[in-house]
Amino acid sequence: MSAVIRVDQVSKRFRIGLVHQRYQTLTEKISDTLSAPLRTFRRIQTPKTDADDTIWALRDISFDVPEGQVLGIIGRNGAGKSTLLKILARITEPTEGSITIRGRVGALLEVGTGFHPELTGRENIYLNGAILGMKRVEIERKFDEIIAFSEIEKFIDTPVKRYSSGMYLRLAFAVAAHLEPEILVVDEVLAVGDADFQKKCLGKMGDVAQQGRTVLFVSHNMSAILRLTQESIVLEKGRMALRAPSAQAVDYYLSAGNPKAGERIWEDNEIPSDATPFRPISLRLLDKKGKVADTVRSTEPCSIEIEYSLSAALVGLRIGFYLSTTRGEYVFSSFDTDDARMYEETGSRSAGIYVSRCRIPADLLNTGYFILGINASSYRIRRYFQDEQALTFTVNTDGAPGSQWAEPRFGLVRPRFHWTIDKVG
Amino acid sequence: MIQENNSKIDQDVITIRSMRGWSALNLRDLWNYRELLYFMIWRDIKVRYKQAILGIAWAILLPVVNIVIFTFVFGILLKQNQGGVNYPLLSAVGLLPWGLFAGALQRCSHSLVGNTNLITKVYFPRLIIPVASVLSGLVDFGISCLVVFGMVLYFRVPLSWNMLWLLPLTLLVVLTSLAVGLWLSALNVQYRDVSHIVPFLVTTWMYASPVAYSASLVTGRVLRIIYGLNPMAGVIQGFRWAIMGGDPPGELFMVSIIMVLVIFVSGLFYFRRMERTFADTI
Repeated sequence: MSAVIRVDQVSKRFRIGLVHQRYQTLTEKISDTLSAPLRTFRRIQTPKTDADDTIWALRDISFDVPEGQVLGIIGRNGAGKSTLLKILARITEPTEGSITIRGRVGALLEVGTGFHPELTGRENIYLNGAILGMKRVEIERKFDEIIAFSEIEKFIDTPVKRYSSGMYLRLAFAVAAHLEPEILVVDEVLAVGDADFQKKCLGKMGDVAQQGRTVLFVSHNMSAILRLTQESIVLEKGRMALRAPSAQAVDYYLSAGNPKAGERIWEDNEIPSDATPFRPISLRLLDKKGKVADTVRSTEPCSIEIEYSLSAALVGLRIGFYLSTTRGEYVFSSFDTDDARMYEETGSRSAGIYVSRCRIPADLLNTGYFILGINASSYRIRRYFQDEQALTFTVNTDGAPGSQWAEPRFGLVRPRFHWTIDKVG
Repeated sequence: MIQENNSKIDQDVITIRSMRGWSALNLRDLWNYRELLYFMIWRDIKVRYKQAILGIAWAILLPVVNIVIFTFVFGILLKQNQGGVNYPLLSAVGLLPWGLFAGALQRCSHSLVGNTNLITKVYFPRLIIPVASVLSGLVDFGISCLVVFGMVLYFRVPLSWNMLWLLPLTLLVVLTSLAVGLWLSALNVQYRDVSHIVPFLVTTWMYASPVAYSASLVTGRVLRIIYGLNPMAGVIQGFRWAIMGGDPPGELFMVSIIMVLVIFVSGLFYFRRMERTFADTI
């Protein structure tokens, strides 16, 4: 079957001014215009500054999507995923290149777009459906199904501003899930809601994929990518780094792009404003000798350091990490105040810079590739910051129990147990 | 059969590329999204009077309060009432199209900026937003009409066939609002100064239009020509003529109509040109 989406040499340039300050005022425009000759003059003198004025959010992206394929798009923050989706969804135009699409496109860049807090659930279903491009008769036909999926029958005539955030999301996703375009473009919408809800959404996405519709799917959730897509594109700094079967693309994504292996340092622009007063500084993996490492030996202990600053005192604080595999399975998670006494003594912390350090004993992990994520929260109060994929590292099992046999060992852990062998007969 | 299939596929092919210069209006797209237009108008109206104790009664209360204030200030204090002029009705009829225009202008200039979340997350013809914001004023206008017709009956003003002219005249008010609104809404996306200018613009424009006074007070050739360039002047005069009789709007009315068309068509093209960068600049 021929390609339903053909992306041909698409580039998108932003003026940095547009990224930082969202709009101009007339006075700024006037002073800008007046100073333009001066800037042009400077640019002639130092040609490099031209690159400072604009950034290419996307550069020469070309790919085809055959009908019925579910294609994953992965990349770090700022790699251009959202820009690509926005161009595909016709929200913004490419600066160069073209895209040809055959069929009706439905884009889900967010759930609940256009929900109005004053309107009831019922009214919002109609409004949101229309915004997403559904016809009125279509919404009426699916109305009962949407309500059933959302599980909020009882509150359907209540204004949505009285909904809990969970109810709101369920209703919003229910409408979105009943969109039936030929081509579906989905951004990170599954990254919200509780675990049950996410599971339900993933299930629904799986159904959509099986109905033979063409789907472009952006996610940070590698297990979702692996589960839903056969093939994926990896974007790196606006360029297409790779298109490969998803398992391979995920491996590539996870191993590439860590500029300094074994250490993750957060830049200011990577931290959401709602994280305040918590501000992550860095996450490090240290080997036995205390040196930053991207590969650790399973037979030696290592440690994980989280450095962060608090701009105000916090109570009930816990800072910790998740350890997971590239398939998205959790191995374990641990917090610095897991110990009840530690929690009482250090759960409340004054403003300042801290390092929370965790020692990982020897003989714990099996060989492979692992992902560290961090989380900073106060239980039942607030989650300040979370980064599910802050750092990756490899475990080398040379000398681990059983390594005299050159065969892979099943399982995520590789503990050293005490065996006894008795001759009993 | 095969041909039919082909033509169906052809219809659905979308090419996304950078458009340079002035682009076509693509009115078919607008037609395809007419249901969304309906829902947006419906949302505006629904939300406007939600959680207000008086609800839709505000739509009656505001014009009545305006008429009372105008009658007191201009009619009684400034003695516009002289010469057998029914000032309460004169101001009520003036306020009728003016209310529609002023409200539409205020809502319309803010409409795109107020719907940022939609513009950055979903595709639809952006024209729907300002158009809906203007059309949603028609409900309040309809209610104001009832107030005015109550007064017409109360003052025993004879009904005449001229009143049918109110329909095309209303259409002209809508077109004028949209014409100016398109410019303001698109400019506001890039220059937020517009939101500071609009209240000032509306007040000035009101005094430059025969809302509180009769157009016959404006004499002198130059003034009348300037008056003709203000589309609202002709329209308000038209409303007074249709309801209260007297002089029909003169030949300068044609100038008004041409003005409106020029602003409207240029606004439409300016809007289409700016529309492409709305999501990036808003």
